[in-house]
Amino acid sequence: MAPWLLPLFWQRFLTEILIWGLLAMSSDLLIGYTGMVSFGHSAFFGLGMYGAAAALLALRPPSLAAALALGLLAAGVVAAFVAYFATRLRDIYFSITTLVFSQIFYVVIFTWTEVTGGENGLSFRQPPLSLPGLPPSPLTPATLHWLVLAIVGLAYLALRRVTQSPFGMVLQAIRENEPRTRAIGYAVERYKIVAVLLSGLFAGLAGVLYAVQNKFAAPDFVFFVVSGEVVIFNVMGGMGTLVGPVAGAALFFLLREGLSRYFTQYYLIPVGLIFVAMVICVPQGLLGFARRALNR
Amino acid sequence: MPPLEQFVIQLVNGLVSGMILALVASGLTLIFGIMDVVNFAHGELFMLGAYVGTTMLVVTGSFWAALVGASTTIGLLGAVIQVVALRPLLGRDPLTTILATFGISLVLQNYALWQYGPVARKIPEPISGHFRLFQLEYPWYRIVIAILSATLIGALWLFLQRGKYGIWIRATTQDRVMAQAMGIPVPWVHTGVFGIGAALAAASGVLFGPLVGVNHAMGLDLILKAFIVVVVGGMGNLGGSILASIFVSCLEAFASLWVSPAQAVIVSFVALILTLLFRPTGLFVPTPK
Repeated sequence: MAPWLLPLFWQRFLTEILIWGLLAMSSDLLIGYTGMVSFGHSAFFGLGMYGAAAALLALRPPSLAAALALGLLAAGVVAAFVAYFATRLRDIYFSITTLVFSQIFYVVIFTWTEVTGGENGLSFRQPPLSLPGLPPSPLTPATLHWLVLAIVGLAYLALRRVTQSPFGMVLQAIRENEPRTRAIGYAVERYKIVAVLLSGLFAGLAGVLYAVQNKFAAPDFVFFVVSGEVVIFNVMGGMGTLVGPVAGAALFFLLREGLSRYFTQYYLIPVGLIFVAMVICVPQGLLGFARRALNR
Repeated sequence: MPPLEQFVIQLVNGLVSGMILALVASGLTLIFGIMDVVNFAHGELFMLGAYVGTTMLVVTGSFWAALVGASTTIGLLGAVIQVVALRPLLGRDPLTTILATFGISLVLQNYALWQYGPVARKIPEPISGHFRLFQLEYPWYRIVIAILSATLIGALWLFLQRGKYGIWIRATTQDRVMAQAMGIPVPWVHTGVFGIGAALAAASGVLFGPLVGVNHAMGLDLILKAFIVVVVGGMGNLGGSILASIFVSCLEAFASLWVSPAQAVIVSFVALILTLLFRPTGLFVPTPK
């Protein structure tokens, strides 16, 4: 509804929340459902951005479909690589390994100036929106919003389907008791690899959308602070709910908007304090808290 | 192939930065060993220590007073953080402590940016002499840092081996419940260890300040290296993490003979990944039976 009701600023704001929400949902598949806290989602997100940028800069005329394809391919390759190594480790070791992998990609992107534009990143023109059966039309904030809403909605349905499938049940079994799942006869490592790969693909999708919305790809989005923010979305919203992380992203950005009036660019001081308080007092997140309060 | 004296110079560089890293990593590994807390805020304590050092330097005018003052202040801050934010998390999943300390690191980093601004501050070297190392004029101060770091680590080791409270700490690391049963105030031991770790981080921040210029992002660069070192050395193993600090720093120093220092970091990343894949208990610990 947003493009009809809201002014341009909030329209963009909502689009952005949807994109970050998708990224948060993708990492919820690992954090909430499989019990693996990934601190490396910035790598998948960033590679999605750079993949889209590469397709849009290389191909004439630029095409949205090609950007999607190349972005997903880039994120998928990186996710497969990270998944292969990192899933052999558990708990904090998994977290630290994903963190370090994302930093490797950050350093490569940051220093390989000829290809990636180094610190400045890459900027490009927005591709036209071309749907089958319709003539191509330029992307406006409104059409972009609908596009993002549609893609994020579909991604949510897909992720919900995954988590409710037998595959998703095995992931939750791994979260609850890994040795027992293995003893029953599931190839736990293989399930984890597929989970990381899937999660990475959805994160890459979010990266493509973000690149298309903002018309650039920059190394800052590969830096591990972004991964940390994604974990914050999950904790604030409620892990293992898919909707929760989107709510967490919305809460984070609303807090940022509201608090930066008073704290300017230092808004992370109060946000960080709120986050720590939530980790201690409301570990199940906003959604979990609301659910519990409603059930009482 | 670079000439031999380049290797010697890089070896000295690697040893010096390795000793600073070891000082940071020993605090981190002590904290992990005793309470299973992966302290994401450790880099920020290092950075804040350096900033408090600059303030103290202005007030007292003496580098050594600033070193002691900053360590004490940050040590107390660490103790407060432990009591307020980490004590309620005791007994929960260790992953929640990563989240909490990550939140704290955001707060501390932005606090430093707010208080001290984005422009790097300079701490003048307290010892300004040089000596000749092949074609280089090598500053004595770097050698002094290495020796001071080694002394501090040695003092920590002696304290852990001989001191009454050091024995409390080791007992708590070995068996938290048993230590509690013997009358050791385990929660306060945790607080104390977090304070000691924070103070060590602050001391290395002040010592490191003259080399790079104090800025609010210096903790970010360091914390990753410290994590790598702590894992490569074997989590919670003090001696291992010190050896690993020197090993990783020398690796990076040698790598920077061929590639830029920014890219040399990748060598230590690769070292970490190989360690985790082939010897996940750590490189510098005896093989577990």
